[in-house]
Amino acid sequence: MEREPTVRGKASGKGQAHAAAPELRSAAADYLAGDDEAKARGLLQILRPDGTLVDEASLPDGVDRTEALRLYRGMLTIRIMDERLLALQRQGRIGFYGEARGQEAAVVGSSAATLPDDWIVPALREAGVGIFRGMPLRQYIAQIFGNANDPSRGRQMPCHPCDRERNYVVMSSCVSSQLPHAVGIAMAMKIAGDTGRCAVGYMGDGGTSEPDFHVALNFAGVYRSPVVLFCQNNQWAISTPGSSQTAAETIALKGIGYGVESLRCDGNDIFAVLAATRYACAKARRGDGPTFIEALTYRVSAHSSSDDPSRYRDESVTKTWREERDPLTRLRTFLAARGWLTAAEDAALADMIEREVREAIAAEESAGPPALATLVEDVFETVPRHLGEQMEELRGHQAG
Amino acid sequence: MPTMNIIQAVNDALRLEMRRDPRVVILGEDVAKFGGVFRATSGLVDEFGPDRVMDTPLAEAGIIGAAIGMALYGLRPVPEIQFADFIFPAFDQIVNELAKFRYRSGGQYPAPVVIRTPYGGGIRGGHYHSQSPEALFIHTPGLKVVVPSDPYEAKGLLLSCIRQNDPVLFLEPKRIYRASKGEVPEGDYTIPLGKARVVREGTQVTVIAWGSMLHTALEGVDKAAELGISCEVIDLRTLMPFDVETMVESVKKTGRAVIVQEAPRTCGFAAELSATISERAMAWLEAPVERLCGFDTPFPYTLEHEYMPNGDRVLSTIQKTLDW
Repeated sequence: MEREPTVRGKASGKGQAHAAAPELRSAAADYLAGDDEAKARGLLQILRPDGTLVDEASLPDGVDRTEALRLYRGMLTIRIMDERLLALQRQGRIGFYGEARGQEAAVVGSSAATLPDDWIVPALREAGVGIFRGMPLRQYIAQIFGNANDPSRGRQMPCHPCDRERNYVVMSSCVSSQLPHAVGIAMAMKIAGDTGRCAVGYMGDGGTSEPDFHVALNFAGVYRSPVVLFCQNNQWAISTPGSSQTAAETIALKGIGYGVESLRCDGNDIFAVLAATRYACAKARRGDGPTFIEALTYRVSAHSSSDDPSRYRDESVTKTWREERDPLTRLRTFLAARGWLTAAEDAALADMIEREVREAIAAEESAGPPALATLVEDVFETVPRHLGEQMEELRGHQAG
Repeated sequence: MPTMNIIQAVNDALRLEMRRDPRVVILGEDVAKFGGVFRATSGLVDEFGPDRVMDTPLAEAGIIGAAIGMALYGLRPVPEIQFADFIFPAFDQIVNELAKFRYRSGGQYPAPVVIRTPYGGGIRGGHYHSQSPEALFIHTPGLKVVVPSDPYEAKGLLLSCIRQNDPVLFLEPKRIYRASKGEVPEGDYTIPLGKARVVREGTQVTVIAWGSMLHTALEGVDKAAELGISCEVIDLRTLMPFDVETMVESVKKTGRAVIVQEAPRTCGFAAELSATISERAMAWLEAPVERLCGFDTPFPYTLEHEYMPNGDRVLSTIQKTLDW
């Protein structure tokens, strides 16, 4: 639904503008200065599908060649890593994989808006948020293998990384149950007087049907918590399309009912995602409350390695998103047009990332499993008597 | 030493710990201005302010979900669920999130949340103000479950719960919230978790209970004493992880065991205790382990006293093990 106009602010005049209208210096500023309903119905776009900017002034501050290439590299890393890991799953070398293909702009753009002291509360497709914040590739891949190097000690299926050092909280597979945690973390920041930081909680479009999504928005609004709730609307929850998920005109509109300012951006436009998330994070960090963001994208691949979308959807639509709206292609075209990235440099970068990914996989695939004793550790802070006995029983059986 | 009831002892523990540890916060429905429907958090908002004693929207999953987030960040939340019967909207948050956070993060993110909630019947509360759901949570790896039986126990156990680093379900026996009174030290003291208490020593039958059923058990044991029957009474206090040794050693001495439980019989915690005793004290048992429980029905309204174990039924169960 990446339609032709750049900024679809339908000024209804019913909502309240958040600030007195500043001078309209760009399409992005124009969008962000709109009233609540216009923002929730509209669509912030800065980089068009053809790789051209809506206007030069909308380019987020600080996006020079270096920063643009850093964003591109982050997106390309996810793309290459996902392709490689999905191949591993097909080869039977890992048990499961869930790609973020086609959603790399939403992942990297939102991650780029965070600061090291911010907290990330991810859903299924946000491993790249952690990786862009510095989670080592090997650490992520160790989790995929569930081996002895996995900081989570092989406790969850692939795509559930955890990285305390970078304030990246581990997800459960239960959809949207992480969102009240994001709000609670933000409430704690406020209670502890830790200003200048925020929590970012992620979900998909399907997740907005879950009770915990509504609970989280409600708490965020009531306590004016420094939280950003970020929905990657990829339009499919396994086989269920957005139209079967909600009768709301846009997902962003759901935030307004809870008194939470809600933005809607083109999720395949790295700059729009960056601008929207920066706006929301900055607002949270200065104590001005929560924001809900809907990033409109498309799940161009399967839900996971266990899924076959050709059974339930028209893949010609998917083809359009894959070929004409790809977020990486869009940024690459922009970079090339500016002379910031040549085809040779692009190929070299891809080669380098591919090599890093392959090396990380080789290193982690050969690592052994976590020690047997870890089976009963971390249930509680110390292993209680009954778990100690259960472990002894297992060791007894193994000893024959 | 002041005399307190359980409500006052809980309030005293919370106040003491909030003074001692600025990380401790309270959240729940009606807990701030109103002080909770049972008044357990009365006056705390006046001393500690609305940032540390928070009235929440009416959403149990939100209360527990937010408390989890706070604990991940480093606070020590003590959320209140108004009645244990209302805990089920938060069941997913407790079972799938709270209980598993330490394990699934490999110890990177412990979630030390202490959930306080009044449980149990005998107050004319019907289905939804009377249940005893402890077994569901004991069955959930990663949760500790603690049940005090009197004011001294309530304060000492609650302080221990807030000071340790694992999530706890702290079930408060509301039928005896005010009826149970006793001396409670003014200052700081703790009762270790995972350790049962021998309330009364005896020789012929071991009677095991927790929470308000301890008092029911004692009624029956008093009646038995009048008949010359000597019972040893154990207050289990911590249901997970429970004190196997105290219980089994007692049964090895007496040769008989009666477990009194208010919750429905089938798959109740008494079944686990019975199995544990049978596995570890088979050679010492002189009769099958007996369970006196609530019925396998929803908790009734009019016939609640017929549903719940009472002193007379405790006595007849004790006699049954002796007559076997």
